[in-house]
Amino acid sequence: MEFRNNEAIYLQIAAYVSENILLGKWLPEDKIPSVRELAVELQVNPNTVMRTFEYLQNQEVIYNKRGIGFFVAPDGVTKVKKHRKERFLQQDLPEFFRNVILLDIPLAELQQLYEQFKSEHFTLN
Amino acid sequence: MIHIHNLSFGYKKGNLLFQNLHLSLSRGHIYGLLGKNGAGKSTLLKNMIGLAYPRAGTCTIDGADASRRSPQVLENLFFLPEEIYVPALTTAQFVANTACFYPNFNEQEFYGYLTEFEVPRQGRLDKLSFGQQKKVMIAFGLATNTDLLVMDEPTNGLDIPSKAQFRKSIASALTSERCIIISTHQVRDLESLIDTLVVLHDREVVVNQELDKIGEKLLFTTLAVTDGYEVLYAEDSFQGKHVILPNQDGIYSRVDMELFFNAIISGNRPLLQMLNQNQLENAI
Repeated sequence: MEFRNNEAIYLQIAAYVSENILLGKWLPEDKIPSVRELAVELQVNPNTVMRTFEYLQNQEVIYNKRGIGFFVAPDGVTKVKKHRKERFLQQDLPEFFRNVILLDIPLAELQQLYEQFKSEHFTLN
Repeated sequence: MIHIHNLSFGYKKGNLLFQNLHLSLSRGHIYGLLGKNGAGKSTLLKNMIGLAYPRAGTCTIDGADASRRSPQVLENLFFLPEEIYVPALTTAQFVANTACFYPNFNEQEFYGYLTEFEVPRQGRLDKLSFGQQKKVMIAFGLATNTDLLVMDEPTNGLDIPSKAQFRKSIASALTSERCIIISTHQVRDLESLIDTLVVLHDREVVVNQELDKIGEKLLFTTLAVTDGYEVLYAEDSFQGKHVILPNQDGIYSRVDMELFFNAIISGNRPLLQMLNQNQLENAI
């Protein structure tokens, strides 16, 4: 995994774990890889992964069964979405709005592009 | 686990490599030891584990004087020197002769590491290439399961896939009981594994701090124009200036270990003061 320079590695690993939960690779009540397994896979210090797990535990995305390991919380998906939405609204959206305003893009045009993108990439059944 | 107190050492009289050096290292960490050529990284490691004797001061491992080389201490430490020596034995013979000195040696793990490193088990060790020999010794060192693991430039001589495998092995080897110390010039080989930086410069340990803590105090970034910034250290590059600034707003930036090291060895006092300020405050 290539890490970006502008965000703490433990948060980038948290995003990676969250992504796997959203994609359904790890389902609610599934056991997720151990600290060691993830550290080996990502070639990072196990202390960093431990910090990721503590962070995700605080966000109630995963929970710890003592002596067994970490599991995806029953409502893990909802929790991940909630946190990712908060992050998106705080971090990505202001930059997006800034560009929209600077480039004079009408909302109607955005709406159209949004619908088009959605139909091309997210055909919901 | 390791306490070095007031260490003075020199190979020649009147020419001290270390003077009143202090260093404490704990279990559960991977330390990266950095220093210029000739700063004495290898010599410091040797003092640490009892292969060199302090002229003054003490080096202890769990309270025991390292220079006494007691079996109880030695069976719980493994040292991988930069220049390795392998005997004219096969892997199996080497294990039969040497593993007995390490009570926690795990043969299955050893062969597991060898497989991951793609080192053939047959044949004599001294007939292997330097890189292959190094991998055998790394595998052996990891499999001894000693609490103290000291490695001097372990990634030298490893090919690109082996370096990735080395990182994986180290990631899996760290436990809360283990203390791993790696001296290196190849900081990029070990990025995101090292959690604490130790910098040896001018006969002293000038930095011994967790990377996270360094990142809290210093901001590493690239600026086109540095006017109006309190620049602690800057290096020119084609993208602009790579700079180190005081991190006043608690912004995250990854510690650029090479830039940081260059700043330290340039004798940057304000930067060092900023780094060690809180430690002083805590001490008081």
